[in-house]
Amino acid sequence: MAGRVEGKVAFITGAARGQGRSHAVRLAQEGADIIAVDICEDIPSVSRFYAGATEADLAETVEQVEALDRRIVATKADVRDYDALKSALDDGVAQLGHVDIVSANAGIFIFGDQSHLVSEQDWRDVTDINQTGVWHTCKAAIPHLIEQGSGGSIVITSSTAGLKGTPNVAPYTASKHAVVGLMRTLALELAPHSIRVNTVHPTSVDTGMIQNESTYRLFLPDAEHPSRADAEPVFRTINALPVPWVDPVDISNAVLFLASDEARYVTGLELKVDAGYTIK
Amino acid sequence: MGKLEGKVAFITGAARGQGRSHAIRLAQEGADIIAVDICKQIDSVAYPMSTPEDLAETVKEVEALDRRIVAAEADVRDRDALQAAFEGGVAELGGVDVVLANAGIAPMGVNVRPNEWDDVLAVNLTGVYNTVEVAKQSLIERGGGAIVITSSTAGINGIGGSQPGGLGYTASKHGVVGLMRSYANVLAEHSIRVNTVHPTGVNTPMVVNDVMQEFLQNDPSLSNAMANALPVPMLEAVDISNAILWLVSDDARYVTGVTLPVDAGFTNKK
Amino acid sequence: MGRVSGKVAFITGAARGQGRSHAVRLAQEGADIIAVDICGQIDTVPFPMASPEDLEQTVKDVEALDRRILAVQADVRDYDAVSAAVADGVAQLGRLDIVAANAGISELGTPTADMDERSWQNTIDVNLTGVWHTCKAAVPHLRAAGGGSIVITSSGAGLKGMANLAAYVSAKHGVVGLMRTLANELAPDGIRVNSVHPGVVNTPMVQNDAIYRLFRPDLESPTRDDAMGVFTSLHALDIPWLEAVDISNAVLFLASDEARYITGVTLPVDGGFFVK
Repeated sequence: MAGRVEGKVAFITGAARGQGRSHAVRLAQEGADIIAVDICEDIPSVSRFYAGATEADLAETVEQVEALDRRIVATKADVRDYDALKSALDDGVAQLGHVDIVSANAGIFIFGDQSHLVSEQDWRDVTDINQTGVWHTCKAAIPHLIEQGSGGSIVITSSTAGLKGTPNVAPYTASKHAVVGLMRTLALELAPHSIRVNTVHPTSVDTGMIQNESTYRLFLPDAEHPSRADAEPVFRTINALPVPWVDPVDISNAVLFLASDEARYVTGLELKVDAGYTIK
Repeated sequence: MGKLEGKVAFITGAARGQGRSHAIRLAQEGADIIAVDICKQIDSVAYPMSTPEDLAETVKEVEALDRRIVAAEADVRDRDALQAAFEGGVAELGGVDVVLANAGIAPMGVNVRPNEWDDVLAVNLTGVYNTVEVAKQSLIERGGGAIVITSSTAGINGIGGSQPGGLGYTASKHGVVGLMRSYANVLAEHSIRVNTVHPTGVNTPMVVNDVMQEFLQNDPSLSNAMANALPVPMLEAVDISNAILWLVSDDARYVTGVTLPVDAGFTNKK
Repeated sequence: MGRVSGKVAFITGAARGQGRSHAVRLAQEGADIIAVDICGQIDTVPFPMASPEDLEQTVKDVEALDRRILAVQADVRDYDAVSAAVADGVAQLGRLDIVAANAGISELGTPTADMDERSWQNTIDVNLTGVWHTCKAAVPHLRAAGGGSIVITSSGAGLKGMANLAAYVSAKHGVVGLMRTLANELAPDGIRVNSVHPGVVNTPMVQNDAIYRLFRPDLESPTRDDAMGVFTSLHALDIPWLEAVDISNAVLFLASDEARYITGVTLPVDGGFFVK
């Protein structure tokens, strides 16, 4: 039986691990070939929270996709560097023939300071990666999608923080709201080309971005070395459904749906995959 | 000179609480008032509803401001009675410029009563529809006007508990948002603006009574949910009146189709 | 007694347009003003920006109302300059109660995929980072005053998408996220934070050839009259645009104690743009 995205090619940023890798694997399971990019480096402002992805992580994504008998072109590239990103995509398209699906997934998470205490560097890094990086990703892909004339699907990874405010997470929240504006603009611009544009809004996802001591401490400010087990009950309280976090594949399944022809008339949508976080 | 000099406002649920506060605040700015209220109990409502004496007090307070007021007992569920009350007011005061669909009930309680769902939908949703329908021709003839529907934080959020009255309250307060948005579009060509306000808990007899307090305290998730972001447990009715005054004044002449929370940050915090 | 008597308001982008209107309207109701504006051109902005003479006119307009005003040329992209301007204003005027983060630009209307890097960056830097700088500089002074009101000027485009204006729309959505975060952070201090979302407003940022072309791409040299029909079609009410004072009246309401329990709110002042 043909996969749900059989014969399509998906461009995924932040694909070395976490949600990005999960998207690559899930789309490959359903028949897509993959163009994967990731910075594969530590970013100084992020290092105090969690370590950056590595080239070994990206190699692991390649291995997992190839194990599914799908093709993958993986490149180390920073979404802040438009030229590098574009050449990675162009190279992928040259090898795999076309691009149909875009998953603008690369992002960083910095938190802890009240808005007026955030450093210029932190604000700049989050804005450049989470917002300008998403624009770069779309900007690089759109000419291909238009020229191919066969439509396409862009899925931008926002966040529950793209729909509501949380104290002490200002740059991240601003950037995740901003990509909703970008999505709404793109959905209008690209509708005549049958290119659909949507956002997904995950609650906490079980990846390294939240599974680290710094994030645990955000929820448990009084604990000295809070563990995953300590954090679990606190995370549980933020969702309406009785789960502390969701798995990366839960977001991938939403991305897959939006990327597939099953969603051929879905555009301009903010799709929450949030265990009821925002309605609670 | 007041912001509403020479205007006439039609206010439902005007015997006490927010409705009375609106009548006084608008009268302070020069408006004459057509006030209606049911002034009777509805069986599914556990807390005491307004009385004829309450409505008489509203009349007294508006008249003390040297404004005219025509008050009538009428149930917003009863279109004919509401129409008659409205026309009685217009006959004395002239056409209406401002409509405040404020009448509402909150039939929540620890013990479920019969007909909670039907009654709350009838008053809070159908009653608002009746109010606008009764008044809209007058606004059109006046060449424009402003309608404000009182919704609630429960018109934006899924709060109110799991009993029929609470579910119906939340459903009705969401429902009027749809009504507002449609009216805003269809009445725009007549220069009639339509908006909703969404108060958090307000210090009125609907909230400050034993039944409601017992209900809120009985469900910790609900009493937590009632926490405002600003350090204030409860708003005063005049805070809602001030928002409404702005919306119906010419200061907001191009504001329409808007859901305005007056909620001490309750919605944003959730 | 004015509705904001005795208060001091910090307004960015105050040299003309909505910013000047806010300064005048708040001064009419008793506020003193700290005004900043870049008073210079940013080269990716397709219309003439404010001049030092514009800012001087704002000063005159406020002083004619017998209110005090401190006006400083400063670029909201430059945090140190903004921070120094506020600190200087507070030193001279005594306190800070109201913030109108109003400074904003727009880029040339361009399909998103064709936009150049500098246009994107400038719009994001002014419209998003500049608003953050404004709030960041003001918060300690608001705390010192024991509370206050921040009003961020977003846009109808902060709630809805518009084709060919990606950086503007993104930044105007971004400040909603910032507003929601600040509202939660600052509520315990009695500081309220809200955003206003104007429709088309009759100011130099709208009344220029670049904007006419954005809305009438079918014409080579569209005029104000050519654009009016499209502007009107954007609003539910039968108006091509709002006047700046309509936005000022909303800012005034949110800044005043009449709105003492309103925070975290996105308030469209848009002639029915959002609902339509």
